Amino acid sequence: MGIADRIRNLFDSAGLPPALDWVKSDIVMMLVVLVLVIGFISVSVLFLIWLERKVSARIQRRMGPMLAGIPWLNAKSMWLGGIFQTAADAIKLLIKEDLTPAEVDKLVYFLAPMLVFTASLMSYVVIPFGDGLSVTDLNVGVVYLLAVSSIAVLAIMMAGWGSNSKYSLLGGLRSVAQMISYEIPMIFALLGPVLMAGSLSMQDIVKAQAASHWFIIPNIIGFIVFIIAGTAETNRPPFDLPEGESELVAGFVTEYSGMKFAMFFLAEFSNLFVVSAVATTLFLGGWAFPGLDAIADPAIRTLVSFLVFLVKTYVIILLLMWIRWTFPRLRVDQLMHFGWKTLLPFAFLNLLIAAIWVMVSVRM
Amino acid sequence: MTLKTEEFYINMGPQHPSMHGVLRLLVKLDGEYIVDCEPVIGYLHRSIEKMAEGKHFGQFIPVTDRLDYVTSMSANYVFVLAVERLADIVPTPRGDYIRVLMVELNRIASHLLWFGTNTLELGATTPFLYAFQEREKILDMFEATCGQRLTYNYLRLGGVAYDLPKTVSFAWTDGVMPFEKACEKFLNEMIPVLDMCEELVSENAIFLKRTRGVGVLPRDLAVDAGCSGPVIRACGVKYDVRKAVPYSIYSELDFDIPTRENGDSWDRYKIRMDEIRESTKICHQVLAKMPKGAFKQVLPNRIWVPPGEVYSRIENSRGDMGTYLVADGSEKSYRCKFRTPSFSNLCVMPYLLKGALVADLIAIGASLDFVLPEIDR
Repeated sequence: MGIADRIRNLFDSAGLPPALDWVKSDIVMMLVVLVLVIGFISVSVLFLIWLERKVSARIQRRMGPMLAGIPWLNAKSMWLGGIFQTAADAIKLLIKEDLTPAEVDKLVYFLAPMLVFTASLMSYVVIPFGDGLSVTDLNVGVVYLLAVSSIAVLAIMMAGWGSNSKYSLLGGLRSVAQMISYEIPMIFALLGPVLMAGSLSMQDIVKAQAASHWFIIPNIIGFIVFIIAGTAETNRPPFDLPEGESELVAGFVTEYSGMKFAMFFLAEFSNLFVVSAVATTLFLGGWAFPGLDAIADPAIRTLVSFLVFLVKTYVIILLLMWIRWTFPRLRVDQLMHFGWKTLLPFAFLNLLIAAIWVMVSVRM
Repeated sequence: MTLKTEEFYINMGPQHPSMHGVLRLLVKLDGEYIVDCEPVIGYLHRSIEKMAEGKHFGQFIPVTDRLDYVTSMSANYVFVLAVERLADIVPTPRGDYIRVLMVELNRIASHLLWFGTNTLELGATTPFLYAFQEREKILDMFEATCGQRLTYNYLRLGGVAYDLPKTVSFAWTDGVMPFEKACEKFLNEMIPVLDMCEELVSENAIFLKRTRGVGVLPRDLAVDAGCSGPVIRACGVKYDVRKAVPYSIYSELDFDIPTRENGDSWDRYKIRMDEIRESTKICHQVLAKMPKGAFKQVLPNRIWVPPGEVYSRIENSRGDMGTYLVADGSEKSYRCKFRTPSFSNLCVMPYLLKGALVADLIAIGASLDFVLPEIDR
């Protein structure tokens, strides 16, 4: 049961007049869900960027944004000061001149930012936000997710190539090499929980964890591999080589400005949420929480499961932020060595452990 | 089918965001690997040496600030030292001690700045801010002493421009404190922060991978190219002007010259961190021994020096810095030539970069710690 069905049920229970039946049609529901998801992404990203700035500020012994917020709060709290900073940044980016450098491959250059955001948007389709709260519960959810996330590689390559700049090209090339190399350990890390749940559907994996235990046991190695590979997939430090600002200016986003740049930024933070959400779903039990079944009212149960999911996801996000502001950047050859020679064997090891675990638990 | 590949050029700088100053590097790349690299300098040429011929000695001191804006005190010092030797001026004892204190504090500030930017080039943002927060305290003390935070114009012939302030009050002092106490407080509190920074960076696997065995400078090449300072000491050459040709009060002070053997980026990093510690030792001794009395000899504004020539050299934070001064009996120099360490240290860059990766370009450059205005002059 997806979000659309839930909204339909809501209308039914509210007693919608028959004249308004078109509201329940598929096309309207599609639009409603799309607006919901995009709204969720936008709000999340606005919040995440602000959070990232505040967390980095606390790590670096400074205040972070303190001015763009509610004046009364700015003076009161170090954490709540400047809560509108990202909104202000977004407005700035929107009203900025949208430069198109000469000699760019126009079509590719324009398509890249849209594609990178679309790829990230498509990932949200299968994420189980709560008990029965996913756009659609595909029976190949995990495979779909991995497939969609590799579209982003194409978009970044397009940005690198279309910009007609050497720095962008180098960034694009690095990104392709990096994302393809790290996708493989990522897939193998995800196979552990899939094996244990016996299903590729995200909701089924969560339900399997609700029935037994969080799949971080015995997949702890897989979890660590996934977090590392996920950091690389989202191009965050210490794997931010595609946009490594100290050597490649800004990598594939060098030639982008205004809203197109904002699209890349949006996609980056939305991917951060996706990676954390997937880690939560497959390793930390998703929305499952002991005592959730005791809540009788289905509406409240859904809400609580949603909150549980958010809390777990934000724990992972904070972990990723902590990593980001601590480590230096890897070099491109070291990145490849690490991906293929360290991460992949560990991912295999994890798969082996998960398989033995499943075999033993079935025997017993 | 074989794909046709070709090498391509990229122009790193002068407007590259993380290039140190306005250096232009013409880099020939084979994919990610550097085939060849040619540094192009001169974008910041202000003909400082020629300006020396048009200003009398006192007027020229503020210009030397612009030689090396990261350690202006040293740049002041090397010029003042040359003129004093030529004109037979002996600085007052207190003036001499204040000079050494300021130069060493400036060395700490310079190395902290280097530590911050070096880790920034390697992609870590956080240590940069830790280092700058400490450097800020030194700048506070300089501001209280000479009114400036970057280009100090503090040294004078025969001493320094102003005496140390009696009391200071900064955000990090316990209210109003005597200057010496505040300085001691800073030195004592900086070492734990430095330890913390080193803990964060030195044992970090990624940092070690990015620096150990990267940019290895052979000892012979370093000597031939005339490298100096931490760059040559990282190759195992125990050469420091403060010990080799002691000037001022350095022969009375107890400090070590840290050296290392491998000559890679890691060693250059370690040397600078050790030097900060040695400099704090010097500062402690200078503060303890600080004599009372006049901070400056009473001299006329304009000084006519006897004809002759002199070469003065000091150890600034980047290495052996010298001034060759020729006087013709007037109040201006006939010729003033600066020997700057960054120029020689930059010379070895093409050698270090051959076969390295693009990512190492900025990292190796940062580990050499050159300052462009000093090279272009």
